[in-house]
Amino acid sequence: MSPIAGKDGMRPWRLLRAALCILVAVYLLSPLVVVVIISFSAAPFLQFPPPGFSLRWYTLLFSTPAWMNSLLVSVELLVPSSILATIMGTAAAYALVRGRVPGAPFVMACLMLPIVVPGMITAAALFGVYRGLGLNGTLTGLVIGHTVLNLPYVVATVASALRVQDARLELAAATLGAPPWATFRRITLPLVLPAVLSSLLVAMILSFDELIVSLFVSSARVRPVAVQMWSNLMGDFDPTIAAIASVCFLFALLVLLADLALRAGRSLRSI
Amino acid sequence: MEEAVLELSGVRKRYDAVLAVEDLDLRLRTGEFLTLLGPSGSGKTTTLMMVAGLQQPDTGTIALNGASVAELPPYRRDIGMVFQNYALFPHMTVRRNVAFPLEMRRLGRAEIARLVDEALQLVKLPDHGDRLPRQLSGGQQQRVALARAMVYRPALLLMDEPLGALDRKLREQLQLEIKRVHRERGISVLYVTHDQEEALTMSDRIAVFNRGRIEQIGTPEELYDTPATRFVAGFIGDTNLLSGRALAVSDGICEVETAAGRIKASVRQQFAAGGPVVVAVRPERLVLTSLQEGGTGLSGSITDVIFLGTARKYVVRLVDGTECVVLRQVSDPPFDLGASAVRLSWVAAHATAFQG
Repeated sequence: MSPIAGKDGMRPWRLLRAALCILVAVYLLSPLVVVVIISFSAAPFLQFPPPGFSLRWYTLLFSTPAWMNSLLVSVELLVPSSILATIMGTAAAYALVRGRVPGAPFVMACLMLPIVVPGMITAAALFGVYRGLGLNGTLTGLVIGHTVLNLPYVVATVASALRVQDARLELAAATLGAPPWATFRRITLPLVLPAVLSSLLVAMILSFDELIVSLFVSSARVRPVAVQMWSNLMGDFDPTIAAIASVCFLFALLVLLADLALRAGRSLRSI
Repeated sequence: MEEAVLELSGVRKRYDAVLAVEDLDLRLRTGEFLTLLGPSGSGKTTTLMMVAGLQQPDTGTIALNGASVAELPPYRRDIGMVFQNYALFPHMTVRRNVAFPLEMRRLGRAEIARLVDEALQLVKLPDHGDRLPRQLSGGQQQRVALARAMVYRPALLLMDEPLGALDRKLREQLQLEIKRVHRERGISVLYVTHDQEEALTMSDRIAVFNRGRIEQIGTPEELYDTPATRFVAGFIGDTNLLSGRALAVSDGICEVETAAGRIKASVRQQFAAGGPVVVAVRPERLVLTSLQEGGTGLSGSITDVIFLGTARKYVVRLVDGTECVVLRQVSDPPFDLGASAVRLSWVAAHATAFQG
């Protein structure tokens, strides 16, 4: 069989594969598209397709103190919690992968618990602990909770990057006169930096999106966007919810694009 | 006593149940090129790692320039190390790689630039400073690793199979380069390889490792001509091994009864007559004569002739079926394949008998 005939023989399969990919993409994206379209609706209800175009829901969103306040709380929450989780998670991953920690697999499993344990249980546990400490309803309590939730993602991402990276580079650095801290800063960290930044961005998105722990731990005064949206949906809701959802979507999209740009920049430099 | 840059005494290292290095004593003279040679798992790399401080000995002492380094972490020992996989930092240019140990020693900028230039000049890569390691060939990467390991003039340079990943031609070229650098810098080198040819080419002295012990230390000539053990005889160079029974030992010469006939060999180990022995003879030490010419020796027939360019290799089958390899210069008159009756003989001093 000639190569050309072979290629022709593959053609139906390639078409099928392309069709399937498009179908999946449409399936995943259509709810988002609908939400974004409704956010520009002129109708006072969630109605699709919308009868006309308007920016009234965005105007309402940005002029309602409750929404603006919750957006601010979300930022105040996601910035420290994602940074804390990234620093602690990177340090933990480094110690567990490179160091000689007794019972390292067990420690690793414990760090992964927030992913495994149902969110409701983690949330209830935090609520119980916080009651004794007076942390319920405080930003500090939310930051600690989100840091715990984000930690496993950082640990997993950075640990796998460290496992791929050649540990002999660190031995080489040591023989060349680099103390452990200099080796980490000059050799290890730069090489796993893409993974560290990636996990920072993922932690930001997760924190922005997190509902269950936030529901338990937040209060009327300290209320992140996700909780505000939840309570809005519980009551009388109008297309403002679509507007705030679009804002959240835009935020996540920007973070993802930043991550992509970061990777592209690295691979460009490596050529 | 001569000045020793490195001295190991009574060093022992065990991994779980396996003894990796056993009661090791080793002295490296200043400016010397000493090779640890042995099959994989014989303890040579473990020894190197302990000198570097990347492994800790269970017992024994390691002294660099006369001072024990037991308490010193790798980064405080005055050593340079070249790894088999180069271990260049992939995110740094060649210059940054070579500058790294100097920066760790907090040298001034101008001084660093000067030393890096000098080191890159030495390994003949003066124009490659701004490249990244992955843009270089394997041979070039290993030269950068060499430059990086000696730019700060460490007391001792450790090399762990540095040419193992390169093809033969490049390996031979780099062997000469490393020798040149060693000569020009007068640096002391501890080199690890499993390649006996490489060890013979490069070393001032060779320590042959087997099962965690040093079988023999000596110059390449000593190891080749007067191997102390059967292992050394078999590991370095090509050797014919003939087994038999010791008849009598006198004046350092042993008479041996083999299935192919009686032979003589020199004795360097003490052993009693009557026991089993193995006689080792180098192919080029064997004298091949026609049976008609008379004389003593083992008779046999030629089963193969291989033309090697500078020499011919004859495979001779003895009467008991043992095959021996004989090397003769091309300038010597050739023997025909199938010349059935040939005789093998040698000077007793050129053969060594070991306890079997």
